[in-house]
Amino acid sequence: MARTHDVAVVGAGPAGLAAAVEAAEAGLDVALVDGAAQPGGQYWRHYDERHARPDDRDGHHGWPVFTGLRERLRAERSAGRVRYLPGRQVYLVTRDEAGAFTLRTTASLGEPEADAAGEVTARTLILCTGGYDRQLPVPGWDLPGVMTAGGVQALLKGHRVLAGRRAVVAGTGPFLLPVATGLARAGASVEAVAEANGTLGWLRDPVGAASVPGKAVEAAQYAALMARHRIPYRTRTVVTRILGQDRVEAVRISRVDRDGRPAGPVKEIAADLVALGWGFTPSLELALMLGADTRKDVDGSLVVAVDGFQRSSVEGVYVAGEATGVGGAVLATQEGRLSALALARSLGRPAVPGRMGRLRAAIGRGRRFAAAMHRTYAVPSAWTEWLEERTLVCRCEEVSYGDLRRAHDDLGAHDPRTLKMLARPGMGWCQGRVCGFATAGIAACLNRRETTAEDLRPLSTRSLAAPVTLGELAALDRSRDAQDDQ
Amino acid sequence: MTPQWFGRSAARRRGGADLVVVGAGVVGAASAYFASLAGLRVVVVERGAIAGGTSSAGEGNLLVSDKEAGPELDLALYSQRVWREDLAEHAALWEFEAKGGLVVAASEPSVAALRELGDHQRRHGVEVRDVAREELRDYEPHLSPELAGAAFYPQDAQVQPMLVVAHLLRLARGLGTEVRTGTEVTGFLRDGERVTGVRTTGGDIPAGAVLNAAGTWAGAVAGLAGVRVPVLPRRGFILVTQPMPPRTVRHKVYAAEYVGDVASSDAALQTSPVVEGTDSGTILIGASRERVGFDRTVSVEAISALAAKAIALFPMLREVRAMRTYLGFRPYCPDHLPVIGPDPRAPGLWHACGHEGAGIGLSTGTGKLVAQALTGRAPDLDLKPFAPDRFPDTEPDTEEVPQ
Ligand SMILES: Cc1cc2nc3c(=O)[nH]c(=O)nc-3n(C[C@H](O)[C@H](O)[C@H](O)COP(=O)(O)OP(=O)(O)OC[C@H]3O[C@@H](n4cnc5c(N)ncnc54)[C@H](O)[C@@H]3O)c2cc1C
Ligand SMILES: Cc1cc2nc3c(=O)[nH]c(=O)nc-3n(C[C@H](O)[C@H](O)[C@H](O)COP(=O)(O)OP(=O)(O)OC[C@H]3O[C@@H](n4cnc5c(N)ncnc54)[C@H](O)[C@@H]3O)c2cc1C
Repeated sequence: MARTHDVAVVGAGPAGLAAAVEAAEAGLDVALVDGAAQPGGQYWRHYDERHARPDDRDGHHGWPVFTGLRERLRAERSAGRVRYLPGRQVYLVTRDEAGAFTLRTTASLGEPEADAAGEVTARTLILCTGGYDRQLPVPGWDLPGVMTAGGVQALLKGHRVLAGRRAVVAGTGPFLLPVATGLARAGASVEAVAEANGTLGWLRDPVGAASVPGKAVEAAQYAALMARHRIPYRTRTVVTRILGQDRVEAVRISRVDRDGRPAGPVKEIAADLVALGWGFTPSLELALMLGADTRKDVDGSLVVAVDGFQRSSVEGVYVAGEATGVGGAVLATQEGRLSALALARSLGRPAVPGRMGRLRAAIGRGRRFAAAMHRTYAVPSAWTEWLEERTLVCRCEEVSYGDLRRAHDDLGAHDPRTLKMLARPGMGWCQGRVCGFATAGIAACLNRRETTAEDLRPLSTRSLAAPVTLGELAALDRSRDAQDDQ
Repeated sequence: MTPQWFGRSAARRRGGADLVVVGAGVVGAASAYFASLAGLRVVVVERGAIAGGTSSAGEGNLLVSDKEAGPELDLALYSQRVWREDLAEHAALWEFEAKGGLVVAASEPSVAALRELGDHQRRHGVEVRDVAREELRDYEPHLSPELAGAAFYPQDAQVQPMLVVAHLLRLARGLGTEVRTGTEVTGFLRDGERVTGVRTTGGDIPAGAVLNAAGTWAGAVAGLAGVRVPVLPRRGFILVTQPMPPRTVRHKVYAAEYVGDVASSDAALQTSPVVEGTDSGTILIGASRERVGFDRTVSVEAISALAAKAIALFPMLREVRAMRTYLGFRPYCPDHLPVIGPDPRAPGLWHACGHEGAGIGLSTGTGKLVAQALTGRAPDLDLKPFAPDRFPDTEPDTEEVPQ
């Protein structure tokens, strides 16, 4: 049996890297498990380090912060204080009577297997599982050539691949800007950025920009880049339909009112790549598996509820970064650090006076800024009006909006869980990661109410956090082998 | 225990119902459907959402193969007729598939035991075909070559249980039934001994009769009326694989030990693999059986054993990925028979619960029989073996009573 670590950190993005390094430096014995093959998470995603190029850091903010963390991780690993397991996905967490956690892992699909050790045990957990693109269906979104904004960027950053030549970037939020400028820098012609909401309002937001000055600088840089590449930025505009036979040929964009209802002239733009970004939504499967309390955040996503020390409602389980609310890499890093310091203190390690206080103040400012952003870049409340009967909502199981409406009207499915059972959205390979948020929104809309945390929870809960072969499951229970051998 | 006529009851005249059904699971839905078909005005009261209980936490096998002669087999055979005859026109709505069951045996002795069971079942109306080792692969091309033989049960069939519930309720609504979800029964209206309706979180509902179809929670509902019906939870896990090409697994395939596990009263974990394909391409691997109360934590032992035993049947499953696992709590009684019929201890109260791991299959027969008895007709099948008062009043429960 492998050793029981003081703490297992899941995720090596900004939050998890900071947490693991900080915990090890505080003297804890750390395991760091990450689905990706190399550290950095979504934000500092980069090309295979064995074939690095100087321009891999282009478009990366805070790259020195990352390389600093990476150096410290190397040092802690060689000192034997961090056991790092990249390329492994935690699919199940259980807890024994003594309170120790066991993480069962499987090799990430498509990632080279680095460490075959399948199991990690630890006395405590820091979950830094980040998030993924939040998606909304729209007629034609299932055509090849339509991607998530994050997916487009991941191809650029992680594989140096440009997904198209003529791009339209649409959705809402400041993240559309790095995607658009990244595409332009890589040589694509960006025909338009369609922003569903009003303005770059957060720049003017008194709470927002003032509380986190660095953000204003970042935004000004993007504005300059947008101008340099002559990228048209259209506010109050959404893609209402994506056109094409076998792949994307054009998009139809429309001006919308405050709620997202088409309200103005419609225009068609030729494109072979559509990048859709509706913000991010956290990966909560491990936290929910452990029974942690969740809440609906300002942006409408379900997040883990934590206290001022990143503690979840489950004893011994800390959560940091995107999983506690989407707020960007700087905030994620700060939360990761705080979680490790708070944990170290609770395990009796000496604390540096003042550090936690300063971090907590910075996190408070970061959260306020994030909330201001969420309010500015909300998902338009009338988005379901873009849907047509035949628009697919769940692509894995080919469930259309009409199927959902019928399950509601004829069969009495009034909540997302019942919709899922009767019409199958979220039952396929992605287990609702793509369509979960949309299904919850549609269920609420069909019942003429707002989504609640109760709507979102069943669609964020997954009994297995990643698909795992039956062979691996069969090998889990070694006690049975012992019996069989007798 | 003379059945009583409750149609056009006094309660109905007072704005209530002839029949209140507690629970919108498969048993409640089937009962509401057949009762409304028989002319009763029915109100279904469900504390959660439709099919939110065990009916959405299991599989949809309609089995005769796993039953030995006795009242449960009689009810299973009767239900088979109801599925295939009374409900024939609706079969496609709930993905009814007469795919047949293949019970496989790993060794010669267990083939012999299987043949003996088959002979016995044949005498009681079950169709059984003996399958020799050489024929196995004609039935299931991916089966392990190590197996020794099998028996094929053409009557075994499959449905999608949640769709059964939803469509039976939809059909019942078309016949005047009212379904109130998000409404919990918290007590009973009484007139002396008599049960004259229910108290709910949404107000009182007077009724000529009340049917307790609260599944695994039926013991608690009975308790509200002061009668004991010992229904307890028996946990089961199911693994769901990634979608596979059509007809990878053609029948419902299970190992011969399964029959023994079903009938067992052992509290310890038992896992016999039951492997079947579904319309959507996923393969379901069920199901473990253990008595651990209402514990919802994933059991590594249970899912690991399911996976291992499924691989023993179908070696190709080793590389196939499980996408998820889910669990449910079968409603079981100490003698493994359901509780169906009027409760003489509380006149006006009826029960249809405790169907354990066969409630989907047995639901339609149960519903039809209850409707017959409620409307004063002699039920097609004698309900005596299922009598609610067959249990001693004071036998201590082996586990905490569900709430
Ligand atoms: C696709 C995408 C692109 C983004 N691009 C930008 C950008 O350009 N600019 C910007 O400001 N913000 C961007 N963001 C937001 C930014 O990534 C986050 O603010 C930041 O990365 C959050 O850090 P984190 O540590 O919380 O999570 P992440 O960076 O998401 O890291 C989470 C890590 O946890 C791992 N993980 C999750 N679950 C498991 C599991 N079960 N087992 C093992 N490992 C697991 C993941 O593999 C990942 O490596 C992007 C987000 C996404 C989703
Ligand atoms: C793993 C597993 C596999 C299975 N496989 C099969 C199979 O292949 N074939 C088969 O035939 N059967 C199978 N079963 C068994 C089958 O699922 C059950 O027997 C059946 O679903 C029971 O149905 P029900 O209507 O009695 O109960 P339920 O579906 O649980 O319905 C009872 C309802 O009553 C409601 N309720 C409870 N208390 C109250 C109250 N006070 N007020 C209002 N409402 C209340 C509950 O919310 C619930 O919705 C399986 C079960 C499990 C767990």
